[in-house]
Amino acid sequence: MSTLLPFRRRPQRAAPDAAAGGARMSDKFISIEGIARRYPAPGGRTSTVFENLWLPVRRGEFVCMIGHSGCGKTTVLNILAGLEAPSEGVVIVDGQAIEGTSLDRAVIFQGHALLPWRTVLGNVAYAVSSRWRGARRAEVEERARRAIATVGLAGSEHKRPSELSGGMKQRVGIARALAIEPKILLMDEPFSALDALTRGTLQDEVRRICIETGQTVFMITHDVDEAIYLADRIVLMTNGPEAKVAEIVENPLPKARARAALHHAPGYYALRNHLMDFLVTRSKTLRDAMPAGYDPRHPPVVRPAPGTSDAEAIVAGTEASAMRA
Amino acid sequence: MRASLRFRAGILSVALLAAFLLVWQVSVGGTARTEAMDPEYAALMGASATTGKSAMPGPLDVAANIWRHLKDPFYDRGPNDKGLGIQLAYSIGRVALGYGLAVIVAIPVGFLIGMSPLMSRALDPYIQILKPVSPLAWMPLALYTIRDSGLSAIFVIFICSLWPMLINTAFGVAGTRREWLNVARTLEVGPIRRAFTVILPAAAPTILTGMRISIGIAWLVIVAAEMLVGGTGIGYFVWNEWNNLSITNVITSILVIGLVGMILDQVLARAQRLVTFPE
Repeated sequence: MSTLLPFRRRPQRAAPDAAAGGARMSDKFISIEGIARRYPAPGGRTSTVFENLWLPVRRGEFVCMIGHSGCGKTTVLNILAGLEAPSEGVVIVDGQAIEGTSLDRAVIFQGHALLPWRTVLGNVAYAVSSRWRGARRAEVEERARRAIATVGLAGSEHKRPSELSGGMKQRVGIARALAIEPKILLMDEPFSALDALTRGTLQDEVRRICIETGQTVFMITHDVDEAIYLADRIVLMTNGPEAKVAEIVENPLPKARARAALHHAPGYYALRNHLMDFLVTRSKTLRDAMPAGYDPRHPPVVRPAPGTSDAEAIVAGTEASAMRA
Repeated sequence: MRASLRFRAGILSVALLAAFLLVWQVSVGGTARTEAMDPEYAALMGASATTGKSAMPGPLDVAANIWRHLKDPFYDRGPNDKGLGIQLAYSIGRVALGYGLAVIVAIPVGFLIGMSPLMSRALDPYIQILKPVSPLAWMPLALYTIRDSGLSAIFVIFICSLWPMLINTAFGVAGTRREWLNVARTLEVGPIRRAFTVILPAAAPTILTGMRISIGIAWLVIVAAEMLVGGTGIGYFVWNEWNNLSITNVITSILVIGLVGMILDQVLARAQRLVTFPE
């Protein structure tokens, strides 16, 4: 591949909103179809992390998966990335069953996973030169620099990872993933090791970049607020072992959402309470007994209705803006 | 204000040296009693028996001898009288050859063992058995099969340098972080490129540690090997001078061997610092 396409942003931002009304089958950009993961356990038995897991993801959609530790979230992500193979089932991406890893699916690792002997530029350029083999050095560097600038690290190109703060390291990880222009971005609790302030800033950045590029994102998180802020849909996993997709929650908040006004948006409290309830109690009770009529192939899609707390929050929000005016 | 630690350590070092030289000078100064003996027997016994003077030189004798060697390190007056520089060059050459061969073999094989659990388990018993064998125990076998004493010495250096490098390379390669390998996998990096761009840099500090241990052992062994093999080299020189009862030359050689060993170690220590990455 000697000629390079210009560095461009994929203009796909309209797609998710158009499809938001109903999950049509043709919208499945990623389709997880009946995957299982089993490990051999002592005594000749097998322990099942999850089985018969089905999950569709639309193009341009931001999906967060929430669940307690041990429910197999990371395993799902690793299977999506191709780092692990499912014991059963397939994952279909863009009409093709995945087999192993691919440059179309970039991973942002929890522990940033930068190569410590390379500089910031070296780390990103390594990914770029893996994507466009045989590209000229100057072109590789140019692309890498642009990706670094996108995450706001221009000027730190020649620093080594050991000279960077945790947040900056994770920015480099994001730049490395973006630089290869993947079709899908996979994030495994990318901000869990960061302090709250840095986490907030990076969430803003990731949200901006994903909206600008229309990126399809699958992200794992522990953080309910992170999921509410970032996700279009939130996948709830019951506790493991033998975890299941309990339900898929549609985020009722508008796509254009600002962090500061988030808690005044209609539906915010209903959504947050729903998620908290799930994590605190239902993730356990649902594991023990799924409701009648639960179909693992079509997990229930839920859209929490605004409650009284939401009404109060909206009133408080309007009062606050009235006072400011 | 107190002087820096470095300065005080330097002063102490010099003081210790001075004390040692003084004790040395005093203890070899006197003469032992002489015995009346047959003049022909006395001629055979040499100066230590006839004049009572010890063959153990004083520090000044050694210093003079070192100066003599420094002035003319590369003279060659026949097989048993070569300059210290020539002898050292032979030894360093043998170490370089044997050690270089060991690097060429140990690093690829170590990579293989580190990357393949199968090879690791299959080769482990052989490594475990061969590693503790004294390198000199290989000498008769080498002499018989190679039929050349110089090459045998090189083989002995090869075999003794091999194990630390092999084991450290395998250990470093096997210890490459899973997340770095996953990065390479998600970027669809091929096995060769992965070996050179991820595994080698990740394992380099450990590999260099092995190389540093190996060069130390090789330099220890070359002296013993040359004592056995004879002909040339600093080891042979030491043994030859022992036969000449020139303790002055023996002491000079000990100093020189130590110095060269230190330089070899420092060169690799520097190389090790170059490839070490801060986390």
